[in-house]
Amino acid sequence: MIIKREEIEKLATLSRISIDEKTITDVTERLSSVLDLVDQLKTANTDSVQGISRPFQVSQRLRADEVTESNHRDKFQAIAPATDNGLFTVPKMID
Amino acid sequence: MNWETVIGLEVHVQLATKTKIFSAASTRFGAEPNTQACAIDLAMPGTLPVLNEQAVHYAVMFGLAIDAEIGQTSVFERKNYFYPDLPKGYQTTQLEKPIVGRGAVAIQLADGSTKSIRIHHAHLEEDAGKSIHEGELPHGSSGVDLNRAGTPLIEIVSEPDMRSIEEAVAFAKKLHSIVTSIGICDGEMSQGSMRFDVNVSVRPMGTTKLGTRTETKNLNSFKFMEEAIEKEVERQIDVIEDGGTIRQETRLYNGDTKVAKAMRSKEEANDYRYFPCPDLLPVIVSDETIEALRRALPELPDARQERFVEQYALSTYDAGVLSSDASTASFFETVATNCGNPKLAANWIMGELSAALNNAGLGFADSPVSADQLAGMVARIADNSISGKMAKQVFEAMWQGEGNADEIIDAKGLKQVSDSGALEKIVTDVLDANPAMVEDFVNSDENKRKKKLGGFMGQIMKASKGQANPQQVNQILLQKLNELL
Repeated sequence: MIIKREEIEKLATLSRISIDEKTITDVTERLSSVLDLVDQLKTANTDSVQGISRPFQVSQRLRADEVTESNHRDKFQAIAPATDNGLFTVPKMID
Repeated sequence: MNWETVIGLEVHVQLATKTKIFSAASTRFGAEPNTQACAIDLAMPGTLPVLNEQAVHYAVMFGLAIDAEIGQTSVFERKNYFYPDLPKGYQTTQLEKPIVGRGAVAIQLADGSTKSIRIHHAHLEEDAGKSIHEGELPHGSSGVDLNRAGTPLIEIVSEPDMRSIEEAVAFAKKLHSIVTSIGICDGEMSQGSMRFDVNVSVRPMGTTKLGTRTETKNLNSFKFMEEAIEKEVERQIDVIEDGGTIRQETRLYNGDTKVAKAMRSKEEANDYRYFPCPDLLPVIVSDETIEALRRALPELPDARQERFVEQYALSTYDAGVLSSDASTASFFETVATNCGNPKLAANWIMGELSAALNNAGLGFADSPVSADQLAGMVARIADNSISGKMAKQVFEAMWQGEGNADEIIDAKGLKQVSDSGALEKIVTDVLDANPAMVEDFVNSDENKRKKKLGGFMGQIMKASKGQANPQQVNQILLQKLNELL
């Protein structure tokens, strides 16, 4: 196993994912096997292959700088858990 | 022991685009909360980013302005962290392949020397929303306004090349000058258009190993930046001299209360798990685009300063102040050209007008006295119609919106008397009316006479209701008195 249980715990905290005691062993094993596969891929000889970050050689389409969006605050706030005076509200963030 | 300060800056510059970096929602400042936050800015499921061409062009223009390598293929990455004002749970930014590579910015120091500050890189990214913790909010809650979410930024990262507060401030001001001159940022510091993160460390003078640094985040004025660095340098030296060690940490400085403190380590969580954003393809900037932007690049502050020295015969210092940002420069050029006396125009802009604008918290673009109005007034000083003292009254009236210089001069009867016949009469009258003063003057020795002239001047100005041309009166007065000696 190349990934440690503490690392999974830290990742879970950073990702705001709750993983209970029972599943943490399972998650650790499964993620380890993914990383094992990556290690296995690393052994392939790629000297003659150029690195690419995406499968297609296309570039990002760009948009003209023109305002086309209008105000839909009421619609968005109607489905928000909590709002107040136009603001989305959340549990107090600082003391 | 003598300590050397080492400073590096990360500067966030809001780009002056009409829309967000990844959505077509408006970036206008000051709108009602959440009225300029569309589905993309709110990270609604199923939405995808579409990159703003103008933001890419502005970033390239900055690269060209600092003579940097342009990243012709740049890549967006996700910087993952949780905060309520970041709806996606990640900030779309650039890391491995930024749009602007290495470059340099020259700064001028008070002693007249210049220094080159290296730029490590500059990258494109989106701003977060705004969290609101004060005001009328339900108990125990914070508010979130996502109007700012997705506003395009470039983050400019310098090398740790600055060795004093003076250098750091000069660098920050120079960046402000560059981005406003090329028109990629409105430069409104009070609206958060430029924000500074300051990395500070100290080391014994003469050593080369860098000390442990701290980062003070989100300073939104040159003054706060100066104060924050000063406090942090003092703190670090105190800690080390007391036998302690500096902890690498993120700090906050409150410019209003002047209190600096470390963020709680929980707030730091510096593990952002960057990875290339699968929603965005690599951004390619062609040679043709770069060349077109280079050709269209507005005049840079250094070139403008040089031109002001040559074209308007200003001192290097005056030219530096007046060329520092585009709106000041264009204001000056309008006044100088319309009044025909650049030096006098420079003095009024850097003196009276700057002070009044500062007091009112306004920029040149919002000046209540327009460039044309100021030019009209300066022209009247230049042609001796009004004295410098009268001009102050005219200026005050123009500031209050009472009209143009000529209208005010007429309305207030401020016309300066420069007619030599009329002035001679006033001078003679005053001398005749004050024989004791004249006798005293004649009997005094030469050194004292100079001082006594002031007494006559006062009487004459009073007699002319302040309208006599002081230079001419001085001449006539000297002549008349000398005849009596």
